[in-house]
Amino acid sequence: MATAHHPPTATGLDNVKLGFWTFIGSETLFFGSLISTYMVYKSASVTGPYPHEILNIPLTSMSTFVLLTSSLAMVLALNAVQRGSKAGALTWLAATAVFGMIFLGFQAYEFTHFVHEGLTIKTNIFGSAFFVLTGFHGAHVSVGVLWLLTLWVLTLRGKIGKQDALKVEIAGLYWHFVDVVWIAIFTLVYLIP
Amino acid sequence: MGVTHSEDTTAGHPKWRFYVMIGVILTVITAAEVAVFYIPALRGVLVPLLLVLSTGKFALVVMFFMHLRFDSPIFSAVFVAPLILAVFVIVGLIILFHVVPHGMGEIAY
Repeated sequence: MATAHHPPTATGLDNVKLGFWTFIGSETLFFGSLISTYMVYKSASVTGPYPHEILNIPLTSMSTFVLLTSSLAMVLALNAVQRGSKAGALTWLAATAVFGMIFLGFQAYEFTHFVHEGLTIKTNIFGSAFFVLTGFHGAHVSVGVLWLLTLWVLTLRGKIGKQDALKVEIAGLYWHFVDVVWIAIFTLVYLIP
Repeated sequence: MGVTHSEDTTAGHPKWRFYVMIGVILTVITAAEVAVFYIPALRGVLVPLLLVLSTGKFALVVMFFMHLRFDSPIFSAVFVAPLILAVFVIVGLIILFHVVPHGMGEIAY
């Protein structure tokens, strides 16, 4: 997707979008390495707390629902921008950011609870792998929330319109990627014993 | 989605009802994942079942919310190639540490 003043490219594709997909590919390898490290070491601790003693499935299920809902809100925000609906864009961008912040609230509660239960990043190898993996994911969500809030302000000021849909689409790609990473983490870290 | 200008920037993308339907399907699959986790009778097939459900969710988001289903195959290639490599790394390390006899799985920290 591009505007009329965009010069032709060798691939016939927008370079920004192609570059961002390449970045997402590199992020896939980054999270792949963190997930594999967790999978290898999660059951290698010699001292507790162990994963089955501390992971809270009902709480994490709720935060997963929240993040999935934020992904739906994000795609509806892009749809609104593409249709030229400023009110729709503002509503759905705000909804996405709010759902992202709720997810971060769940994660902050979980981390605090784990620390009170005696699990820190230094307690055992499970704690190290868990906090590094989910912490990096949370950092990505935080960046995404800041990005969304920036887009919301720009849209409010009339600086994001139908012609700037690519800017929202790129932010959407990032947000959905954060969501698919969580889909993998929820299954591999929380549900699989 | 090329550089050709189009006034209708939603061209080739579905309508909002379609996205809501995908969202509902994702919610149902997540509910199924959690339900499967708590059903003792499914303990034997828990891991493959969860992996199938999770892969389905992953594919739905990537294909429809990230629009790979409607975009150029080049975008799919630059994402799927590292994804396959990442899956090989994860599976390879799990086999090396937890499946191979006398492998590195004895290490404890």
